[in-house]
Amino acid sequence: MRYAMAVDTKKCVGCSDCVVACQAENKVPIGFCRDWVVEIVTGKFPEVKVELRSERCNHCKNSPCVRCCPTGASHYSDGGIVMVNGDDCIGCGACIQSCPYDARYSHPEGFVDKCTFCQHRVTRGYKPACVSVCPTNCLYFGDLDNPKSDVSVALQKRKYKVLAPEAGTKPQVYFLI
Amino acid sequence: MSSRRDFIKITSVGGAGLFAAGNVAAKYFNPGKNMKGTIQRTPTYCEVCFWKCSGWAHTNENGELWKVVGNKKDPLCNGRLCPRGSGGIGMYNDPDRLKSPMIRIEERGKQVFKEVTWHKALEYVAQKMEALKEKHGAESLALFNHGSGGKHFSNLVKAFGSTNIVAPSYAQCRGPREAAWIATFGTAVNAPEPTDIKNTNCLVLIGSHIGENMHNTQVQEMSEAIDRGATIITVDPRLSTAATHSKHWLPIKPATDIALLLAWMHVIIYEKRYNHEYIEKNTFGFKELKEYVAEYTPEWAAGITNLKASQIRETAREMAFHAPSTIVHPGRHVTWYGDDVQRVRCIAILNGLLGSFGTKGGFYMQTKASVPTFSHPPYPQPKWSWKDFLDGKFPSAEINVSNAMIDASHPDNQSDKKIKGWIVVGTNLINTIPNTPRTIEAIRNQDLVVVVDTMPMEITGWADVILPECTYLERYDDLRVSPERYATLALRVPAVKPKHLTKPASWIVRRLGLKLGLQDYFNYSDFSEVLDWQLKQMGSSLAEMKKKGVTVVDRPESSLYLPKDEPVQLKTKSGKIELYSQLLEEQGFDPLPKYTAHPEAPDGFYRLNYGRAPMHTFTRTANNPNLSDIMNENRLWVNPQVAENHGLKMNQMIWLENQDGVLSEFPIKVRVTERIGPDCVYMVHGFGHNNKRLKRAHGKGISDTKLITRVAIDPIMGGTGMRGNFVKFLVEEPKKEVES
Repeated sequence: MRYAMAVDTKKCVGCSDCVVACQAENKVPIGFCRDWVVEIVTGKFPEVKVELRSERCNHCKNSPCVRCCPTGASHYSDGGIVMVNGDDCIGCGACIQSCPYDARYSHPEGFVDKCTFCQHRVTRGYKPACVSVCPTNCLYFGDLDNPKSDVSVALQKRKYKVLAPEAGTKPQVYFLI
Repeated sequence: MSSRRDFIKITSVGGAGLFAAGNVAAKYFNPGKNMKGTIQRTPTYCEVCFWKCSGWAHTNENGELWKVVGNKKDPLCNGRLCPRGSGGIGMYNDPDRLKSPMIRIEERGKQVFKEVTWHKALEYVAQKMEALKEKHGAESLALFNHGSGGKHFSNLVKAFGSTNIVAPSYAQCRGPREAAWIATFGTAVNAPEPTDIKNTNCLVLIGSHIGENMHNTQVQEMSEAIDRGATIITVDPRLSTAATHSKHWLPIKPATDIALLLAWMHVIIYEKRYNHEYIEKNTFGFKELKEYVAEYTPEWAAGITNLKASQIRETAREMAFHAPSTIVHPGRHVTWYGDDVQRVRCIAILNGLLGSFGTKGGFYMQTKASVPTFSHPPYPQPKWSWKDFLDGKFPSAEINVSNAMIDASHPDNQSDKKIKGWIVVGTNLINTIPNTPRTIEAIRNQDLVVVVDTMPMEITGWADVILPECTYLERYDDLRVSPERYATLALRVPAVKPKHLTKPASWIVRRLGLKLGLQDYFNYSDFSEVLDWQLKQMGSSLAEMKKKGVTVVDRPESSLYLPKDEPVQLKTKSGKIELYSQLLEEQGFDPLPKYTAHPEAPDGFYRLNYGRAPMHTFTRTANNPNLSDIMNENRLWVNPQVAENHGLKMNQMIWLENQDGVLSEFPIKVRVTERIGPDCVYMVHGFGHNNKRLKRAHGKGISDTKLITRVAIDPIMGGTGMRGNFVKFLVEEPKKEVES
């Protein structure tokens, strides 16, 4: 089993519902977030293009955060979800430094926090909160080992890219272009 | 508005048909009452905007509000709320909420608000209302309202004897399109718009920025249209979010839209790209229109709009190619330049030429549930109403015009029909109606101003009495019956108890009604009794609906559209689609829309455009902790060349001054971006709050409304055109006179 997500940049309107819903679902304190929206503007008026995309932890196969964690708090869980065990975390912040995607933050209660692909929902058969709320339906989630999963189907049909492939992290969040 | 909706052979589904017989729940189930230790969900419909998506409010093991998620059965949201809906919990949690009734009193020569009991506050309001009635007549009381709370107050105000009830959503927003649609199709557009986006092959947006406005169904359906490969054509001086997803973006010179629309008609007609038989059978005035648009070639329009003639031609052909599965969207906030009915008339005419009215992929025929009225005595007949005050002005205004009510309230009102008391429910008139100084003069001329709100919005600072309403998550309200593809009913049940001393509007009006001797109009002790009675009349019950949250009545697809083989039968004068409007002609206006050049920016000034951000609803959400966390200020979009000419840098704080010397109250951050052209600047509406009690929103960004002092009134229906204002940049903080 290999969980992954695909983000359709042709549909995302950058509304940040993924962020608001995640904050509520996961009780992320106001002022922090586990996912966020990026807007990239290229060209010159009127020949100008915009890419909007929802970003989060890439749940990399080769995660620098897991490698550098001195206590083993950052670890791979079922389906490759990169998790942080808050009780084991000493808040040293090495993982925050190591992440090329700036996907982690220091929780005010003294541990490092980030996207969990909503493991608590996914294991019960629900979609992650961001996926289930997205009004444009631009987020696809599922098991890459299952060719019929939403994410597999999306990746079969469309061209895609990953962020910072040069970092060699093997990210598992894909962007449909 | 609903009365205009039901004429085209579409039967309103209602009454007993809504629920299958024998479907009444056997045992009473109250999800509103949280059993300790379990997660509970309670049905609600959202009140963060007017779309009113149905959802479930979840409370955690301690009975505390946790999250709100969409109801999968609701066609307005399909289980997906927008960011405002997801952030609705912030309305409940906001520490700056109004907490107690307050009365303005004088203390040592200074006016202050004093917290009082509900009894005292309502006693005070009732006395003042009686005095108002005695001195000026009941008609002198006006209700300005928005949202669900307003419905309860409408009942009170009508029972009191006034029909001067108004919402800024008409004359400051969608009114012109309703008048234009009535002139052309004999029916208003209504909200939600009956645009069949999910089935369309071509969607044309003119200054309508779906995706920045989070009109949920439309956003979802536009996404489906993108998936299907539909063509999107967006006309906007700014590369809006919708424009970024469009095949064609027409970066039009602001205020020249009518020229483009006339040229599109020209191409469709003179290249014979219309369905001859359809036009013959269903439209009125084609010959006149054809003659009229003869001179409006794409080349003519190109010179005015700064667009390429080839692009105008190409996009017209593409629309016609996909017709009748083409939607030229009527827009929503359409009060721009004062000739707005005529601009939307152009849009209506185009839809008429393309045959999209009542057609799959064009506009479907709405339906809605009718809910039985809870019995009360007939309302007294007022001696005069807003129509009489207008005295023939704005003949197409089908509902009350808020700026006219400001006129009726203003000391310069010479007529004998004067407004002397205001009840303001859920609308921040200071930042909603343009020309704020005039609004304030009108307020100062009132004997009584009552403000009902959840938050200390600017308008509360002008109140004699502030009545704190609880949020939608803490109350029952009327059943939601939005006109849509399917008749639906959605229920709102309190998920948590009202915080502080706040109360539901239904409770406030009833108590006030008792004090005014109007108890017969509020024949319930709790509003849930009204809902239960209504639902039982329809074959269900409150208990049953609490389990479902929403009920949808299925409808055969064929009934969504007009029958293809029969000629249309509309409520226009000719019964047909009026390309040439006999109604407007009779009212003394142009039966075919004219292009008029609008004033241009003086040297050094730029046109001020404003719009929406997906995570905010006007001025209402700027202080919401969850939503201000995502966006806490507006920024001024400036083209890089313009920025360079003025030496402006990204994120620099600047002040603005408009053509009348009016200054922005606060500075705004510059956003240098290629997404906007050199002839205008843009900001999101709803920021720049100056009430210090809004701790998160105070002084964040600026208010566009306060810079809108030049207002072009639409003579047809009274809309306030607000896009004719120009601003210049001030890099130093201007010296201001201290307001007394």
